[in-house]
Amino acid sequence: MALTKAEMAEHLFEKLGMNKRDAKDLVEAFFEEVREALESGEQVKLSGFGNFDLRLKSERPGRNPKTGEDIPIKARRVVTFRPGQKLKSRVENTKPTE
Amino acid sequence: MTKSELIERLADKARHVPSRDVELAIKEMLEQMAQTLQKGERIEIRGFGSFSLHYRAPRVGRNPKTGETVELDGKHVPHFKPGKELRERVNEDLIA
Repeated sequence: MALTKAEMAEHLFEKLGMNKRDAKDLVEAFFEEVREALESGEQVKLSGFGNFDLRLKSERPGRNPKTGEDIPIKARRVVTFRPGQKLKSRVENTKPTE
Repeated sequence: MTKSELIERLADKARHVPSRDVELAIKEMLEQMAQTLQKGERIEIRGFGSFSLHYRAPRVGRNPKTGETVELDGKHVPHFKPGKELRERVNEDLIA
């Protein structure tokens, strides 16, 4: 089973004894703060975990796969995640269970 | 934004939670996320994105200093796929 926000809040309650309301709010606020930073064009660096970077993709030719019609894919900004060395070493010998 | 700046910003917003608790909570969340991937499980945060592991096949590499060839084993690397809300929000000012 995948880790979700609900389980993360439950973990804060169990491990840190934080009340459930605060735990739920804090998990939500954590991801919202990262989204806000990225939305404003700011890189997010979480040491020990990884960096969220923004990359600009220029317009490129695309195609509607259903109709075969040519439609340009507009220039856009995308989020990329670069895992840190510590996280990479922790997972390199892991076998995914799902 | 670094981890400590993130902690400060959250502590400013969640004023009723002691900033020490905010710091512990953020560190605990990141550790739980890393452990989840280490166990080979996925992370799915709606509106943010999902983290999973991708396989990299074994290959023959080279030591850039000595030029010697080295056999590299197959391995897993963390992968992040941004969710719909995040994809849209980082693009708003470009579309508008």
